[in-house]
Amino acid sequence: MADIDLVKTLATTVAAGTPVLYATLGEILTERSGVLNLGLEGMLLVGGMGGFAATTATGNVFIGVLVSLAAGAALALIHAFFTCSIGVNQVVSGLSLTLVGTGVASYFGKSLVGQAAKDSFQSLKIPVLSDLPVLGPILFSQNLFVYFSFLLVPALFFFIYRTRPGLNLRAVGESPATADAQGISVAGTRYLYTIAGGALVGMGGAAISLGSNPNWQENITAGRGWIAVGLVIFALWNPWRALVGAYLFGGMEAFQFSLQVAGVPVSSYFLRMLPYLLTIAALVFTQWRLKDQTGRASSAAPSGLGLFYLRRERG
Amino acid sequence: MSLKQRAVKELEIQKYLFTLPPRRIYPSTAILTVVTPVLSVVAALLIAALLLFFSGKDALFILGEIFHSSFVENFSETVVKAIPLTLAALGVALAFRARLWNIGAEGQFYGGVLVATALALSFPGLPAPVIIPLMVAGGLLGGAIWGLLPGLLRAWLDVNEIISSLMLNYVALLLTDYFIFGPWKDPKGFNFPVTRTFSDDSRLPVLVEGTRIHFGLIFAIVAAAVVWLLVSRTRWGFELKVMGDNLKAARYAGINITRNIIIAFVLSGALAGLAGMSEVTGVAGRLQQNLSPGYGYTAIIIAWLARLNPWAIFFVAILFGGLVSSGFTMQRVGVSVGLVTLLQGIVLFCVLGGESLYRRLLYQTALRRSNTVKE
Repeated sequence: MADIDLVKTLATTVAAGTPVLYATLGEILTERSGVLNLGLEGMLLVGGMGGFAATTATGNVFIGVLVSLAAGAALALIHAFFTCSIGVNQVVSGLSLTLVGTGVASYFGKSLVGQAAKDSFQSLKIPVLSDLPVLGPILFSQNLFVYFSFLLVPALFFFIYRTRPGLNLRAVGESPATADAQGISVAGTRYLYTIAGGALVGMGGAAISLGSNPNWQENITAGRGWIAVGLVIFALWNPWRALVGAYLFGGMEAFQFSLQVAGVPVSSYFLRMLPYLLTIAALVFTQWRLKDQTGRASSAAPSGLGLFYLRRERG
Repeated sequence: MSLKQRAVKELEIQKYLFTLPPRRIYPSTAILTVVTPVLSVVAALLIAALLLFFSGKDALFILGEIFHSSFVENFSETVVKAIPLTLAALGVALAFRARLWNIGAEGQFYGGVLVATALALSFPGLPAPVIIPLMVAGGLLGGAIWGLLPGLLRAWLDVNEIISSLMLNYVALLLTDYFIFGPWKDPKGFNFPVTRTFSDDSRLPVLVEGTRIHFGLIFAIVAAAVVWLLVSRTRWGFELKVMGDNLKAARYAGINITRNIIIAFVLSGALAGLAGMSEVTGVAGRLQQNLSPGYGYTAIIIAWLARLNPWAIFFVAILFGGLVSSGFTMQRVGVSVGLVTLLQGIVLFCVLGGESLYRRLLYQTALRRSNTVKE
């Protein structure tokens, strides 16, 4: 094997995994409330394009991030309206959202293609911690998106499993009728977390176009949104496991890239298939474990996932 | 309201719904299949016009140009695009009937393309009556192989087929790139990523003189007939429908779910593969980059808008064929091709919304009537 700089590869792992991590965390929040949003790819693209365009226009990256949050939330709002208020099939609504998002990003981002970001999030060395051997360059010489995700993962875990609103969120996702009887607004909760999740996904887009890959191209996300949907299943809807999944994906990206740089005699087209094949493998592994534990093919998804809830005895 | 009162009320509503003639409870098919889609498409066009207007374009002129070029001037090109769309959408519809979300038609399309191309490049000397059936079989096989993996994983381990079929789209695209940038690259192609042009014998014949409408149109019509027979006239088609409506009921009824999932995916992939084969041998005549402008994804919308009905798919595919073939016109009038994707998404949202609203409206009306009857 040609020589690969391990520390550098691991640092790239964290950088490449972070946008996917945001998308996965956003989708976990959404799916926990029982809404399946397959529009991730579109929301990532629109978030990335919005953030990039706003940064180009104003020169301020923080305005860029705000716009990406708003763009992701706006698309998610469409999905929430169609699935929670009108009762459209969630799978099909999510697919249309992907189309709308891809189309919007391509239509409005046309003039931006090929430009480099006017400003982007540079890597910031955290004093003291970045001097640590090995861990310093891997974890503490990254951009702000990465540091924020370090805080976000435990925060979301605490929120979902240890707080009252988090309990309500899980209740709505597992059994909307029970939650409704408890006096929790099912539609309200679903709207809230679909939009919040969408904002996080939008920020994941900005983490690409203003962070790990600061320029704009058509389809810059290359399927990362779909990979994130897969990672949610691998993560069993748990933020900590999402971190593992996202870094596994980032690791595969970084690894195939290092192999290409090191000049391994395998076509780069095959190396670039690895992240997609890894996602399938991760799903197979998850289902295999579940089958082992429960004795039959099953799913660990929130029970109410994908189902429209309508209180029947109104009127 | 106590729990008991609620239960009583729910029962009353149910009783009232049952006494209605079926036409009054169930959404009328005429309205659902004709009026809602038409209104929705009009709404989608309005949204698109507004979007163009606000980005400073002459909306009426652009939409008029697109309509004129797609459905008047170059209608034959619209039909050419509708061929792969119909075939792929038929495949998708077959899987959707069992609520198997096969969204890997794009990859399965390329699966068929790759096998057909391999055959055309390896046997350039064979006469048409030999090589064309061979390539049809190859196209079906290539697509079927690409559909088999998500089917197997879903059947055995309940692996989410949405993700696995979609991931394979990217794999298929990369594999195609590998071949056209590598082993299959035409040595005389000025280093463009294209293969050699196929021999005349290994190209699908043109059906209508003076246009590019090719023999694939016959494939599409035959496929529509076969799928219609399968889903509406065979036991297997009925089993698929039961699985789609209630998987648990299907299991208790003794339907072999594992087997049916695999067959559905294989057939679904095979049809998309046939679409790829007919496109590469009927239109392009060689394998090149971006052979498909997203046919596999558009097929999903077509299947859904046609409510999975094989004959309706044919007509919806022509509508979307017009949209896909308008990409060139859009470039001419200075609009990003992204508008095509955007329009597709908006149409789908409008149709879905219109349909669900109509159903809700019916339900609410039934509720209100049951209340007045009681009092």
